[in-house]
Amino acid sequence: MPTILPSEKAASVNPLKSSQPLGAAFAFLGIEGSVPLFHGSQGCTSFALVLFVRHFKETIPLQTTAMDEVATIMGGADHLEEAIMNLKTRVKPKLIGICTTALVETRGEDFAGDLALIRARRAEALAGTEVVLANTPDFSGSIEEGWSKAVTALIDGITAPNPTFRDPRRVAILAGPDLTVADLEEIRDTVEAFGLEPTILPDISGSLDGTVPGKWIPVSYGGTPIEAIRSLGECGHCLALGETQRAAAEALSAKCGVPHTMFDTPTGLAAADRFVTALAELSGNPVPARLLRRRSQLADALLDGHFHFGGKKIAIAAEPDLLYRLSTFFVGMGAEIAAAVTTTGTSAILKRIPAETVRVGDFGDLERMAEGCDLIVGHSHARQAAERLAIPLMRVGFPIFDRLGTQHRCHVLWRGTRDLIFEAANLFQAAVPEPTPERLESFRTQEAHHVRRTPSDARAH
Amino acid sequence: MLSPKVQALFDEPACDRNVAKDEKARKKGCSKPLTPGAAAGGCAFDGAKIALQPITDVAHLVHAPLACEGNSWDNRGAGSSGPMLWRTSFTTDLSELDVVMGQGERKLYRAIREIVEAHAPPAIFVYETCVTALVGDDIGAVCRHASEKFATPCIPVHAAGFVGSKNLGNKLAGEALLDHVIGTHEPDDVGPTDVLILGEFNLSGEFWLVKPLLDELGIRVRTCIPGDARYLDVAAAHTVRATMMVCSTALITLARKMEERWGIPWFEGSFYGIADTSEALRRLAGLLVERGADPTLIARTEAVIAREEAVARAALERFRPRLAGKRVLLNTGGVKSWSVVSALMEIGIEIVGTSVKKSTEEDKERIRQIFKDETHAFDGMAPRDLYALLERRDADIMLSGGRTQFIALKARMPWLDINQERVHPYAGYAGMVELVRQIDLALHNPIWDAVRAPSPFDADGRLRAGVSVIGRPEARGTDGGGVSAERANSDVDGAMAGATRSSSPPGGREPEGGRLSDIDADGNRPPAVASECNSPPLASGTGGRVAAAAIGALGAPSTGAVESEIHTSIFRKFAASGDGDQDDC
Repeated sequence: MPTILPSEKAASVNPLKSSQPLGAAFAFLGIEGSVPLFHGSQGCTSFALVLFVRHFKETIPLQTTAMDEVATIMGGADHLEEAIMNLKTRVKPKLIGICTTALVETRGEDFAGDLALIRARRAEALAGTEVVLANTPDFSGSIEEGWSKAVTALIDGITAPNPTFRDPRRVAILAGPDLTVADLEEIRDTVEAFGLEPTILPDISGSLDGTVPGKWIPVSYGGTPIEAIRSLGECGHCLALGETQRAAAEALSAKCGVPHTMFDTPTGLAAADRFVTALAELSGNPVPARLLRRRSQLADALLDGHFHFGGKKIAIAAEPDLLYRLSTFFVGMGAEIAAAVTTTGTSAILKRIPAETVRVGDFGDLERMAEGCDLIVGHSHARQAAERLAIPLMRVGFPIFDRLGTQHRCHVLWRGTRDLIFEAANLFQAAVPEPTPERLESFRTQEAHHVRRTPSDARAH
Repeated sequence: MLSPKVQALFDEPACDRNVAKDEKARKKGCSKPLTPGAAAGGCAFDGAKIALQPITDVAHLVHAPLACEGNSWDNRGAGSSGPMLWRTSFTTDLSELDVVMGQGERKLYRAIREIVEAHAPPAIFVYETCVTALVGDDIGAVCRHASEKFATPCIPVHAAGFVGSKNLGNKLAGEALLDHVIGTHEPDDVGPTDVLILGEFNLSGEFWLVKPLLDELGIRVRTCIPGDARYLDVAAAHTVRATMMVCSTALITLARKMEERWGIPWFEGSFYGIADTSEALRRLAGLLVERGADPTLIARTEAVIAREEAVARAALERFRPRLAGKRVLLNTGGVKSWSVVSALMEIGIEIVGTSVKKSTEEDKERIRQIFKDETHAFDGMAPRDLYALLERRDADIMLSGGRTQFIALKARMPWLDINQERVHPYAGYAGMVELVRQIDLALHNPIWDAVRAPSPFDADGRLRAGVSVIGRPEARGTDGGGVSAERANSDVDGAMAGATRSSSPPGGREPEGGRLSDIDADGNRPPAVASECNSPPLASGTGGRVAAAAIGALGAPSTGAVESEIHTSIFRKFAASGDGDQDDC
């Protein structure tokens, strides 16, 4: 079990985190016909919007209650109501997902109460539009926390309780913000291959996969349909991918009695086996041959790839679920996690990260800890550290604004793990230096050093 | 505490637009009140940070919960000729506990100490934000104390997001410079040709396309504010002989107040466009000579202008045959809305519209002079309307900022970034040529033909009428066109030909053939396919033939079909994301 080191600095240097309301908005963007609405000053929305656009290279529907000086003093309920009604009139969304910000949370208003009043007062005008609230102040949490609150709020607010009917073929899949469009497509294909009917919540593969819709759509154009959320309680089972999804899975179980199974990670041979086993059990069908073929391809990739991973030192900075997913992957390939940095210290999964320590921190910390590593793994903001340290960077997570196609990289289940092995191994291969007398000399002295060191020294090092 | 400052900024005698307002309207500020649920754009903090962040050797410390800095850092492409500290992000990242327990000020002080110890910067800019303003952290006091204690100037920037727009934030940043920085350093090398370039951001390093000309003329840029600026140079900006103000709305108050305080004359100019670059050089030289510089500067300036203009015009002339008659939509604001227009028009490009949302009265007057009327100017546009305009192909290319990029691209419209995230330098004579070159490259990229050709498949994935690759005999009979495989390969223009060329249903390739064979083998499916295909818009009677043709293709794919498969494989990539995806909406 790693030691979780809290941040001790007053100045965060090169932040790893994105804000909590951004995480909630991210989840709402995976719902069909939605507009996330930030309750805060317009800059809160503008910054998040620009970051989303840079990451997805898409138009992103995101709105603001535009709190000004007066509203900040007098209270923001009027702005909230005006924003909801303006959105309803202008773009007719199926969902308005409210994400509160630090500004309004510091004021400390009763948003749920205000919203209940607005809903009651405007019931007729708001017909056909769900309004859901996630309390997501910027001063706590990061993307995962915001995401979890949004998904839980969707289930609490929309899913019909105590269904009279249950469809054993229907499976609820709770997905996390660490999964790309391609990851979700792979998961859907796999579930469907067993004759099961997946409802992925939230489903960014339908809304943020980068298509040309052929007309102007001011809301998210795809994702989990509201009706599917409403009838989520009719699912025979719920598969929750990642610790972040636990709260939502438990909310669904409590509200509708849908049993759930947690999956720490969808990446790696054993993890994929576990997921597929669950599908085989739920469906009563054998694993289709074309899927089994992928398993065999992964086994071969493990064989071909492991040479490149053995003994490598990896520095990872990521949100807890992604950090767990990637660190277990690299350790499972024979590498060592020399530096692990994460956004917040509250997730239960952190205790299971295969590293000596996990630092709650930023890229400033990572840069300090990554010296001598073979690979840095993190989002695009790691680029400055990687450049200064001259260590290759594998871009994962959010945001990735300086590479194209990141939404179409698949890193889950058998096929995605196979590709992940190739991607990392190729980075290692590209960085292998030519042998020179000097390199070999330092190698020789290092070896001598290694022999002299006791194991505890090695850890301290 | 901030209110008098903001009210004072709303009264700007150097701004025509401001002067034209009555007392009541002036008090309301420069930007329209925001509509909740229909607002776009940054906040005052955003504006303040934009205006100061390109100062390269200082630390920029944002006193806020995470979002203000964490969601926004390292997102603008200004160039630095040396120091890189400005690209390192510093924030106090206030936690819930910090906010509840009122630990913000202490954390800020500690943060300043950590930065001084680790980086020893010449100064630290400390930005106030919504939450820290709301809880009443006195960043002024913390900065005063820290400045003394650590012998490092700490400059408070009072621009909490909720006080207003990005533009107001620009101005508040100017106030911070005026109150705490400019005039605090007396350089020992003051010269008669020292100038200040105000509101130049050195995006993509573009000022370096202009600076060599100034160097050649012996005009010394004491500093740009903020592009590639260093702290001590900014602190010594009060010693310059003349100021050129580049960005017309951002830092006008700073220019005026520097004139009042230190008697520095200023003018508004632009380095975008040939004529404007020449005019800027001319006025700089003129002002300097008025203030005692060597009078030969004027003649030397004219010589440089003549030489550079000739080179640039010759370079631009080469683009005339390719660009004459092309219609450009400019969706930006301020200076750029007119300063590049004349150069584009010179080589025969037509400007179908220019946004004046962010423009001053002077900007608008220039537009009126250039176009001889006002029909070309529009005052901002809703995304939906902009999309419709682009979809109608009322322009051939849109030049704008990143915010509207995907409106253009989704409408399959060439687009060029002319705002802060761009990667190409457009300033000066060489920059204008580069802009035209980039317009040419964007307009003539071969992907436009590919993405605009209609998909051979309708929204349900059925073949559109007349589409054929393997030359089905039935198709020949009913469509009368005899669209054979050979014909499909020929390079015929027009929508139908485009569709024909790109049609690639169950070609010779195994995966797709395989999938179709699955469907055919799946009991009832082929008749189902057939009956669906019988419905409009396909011509009646073609549906059944789809399945038949598919089976035929599997049995004996003709060489023509295989070839066309290869020919169209590039297109198919785009077609796959085209009309066929409409049911995603």
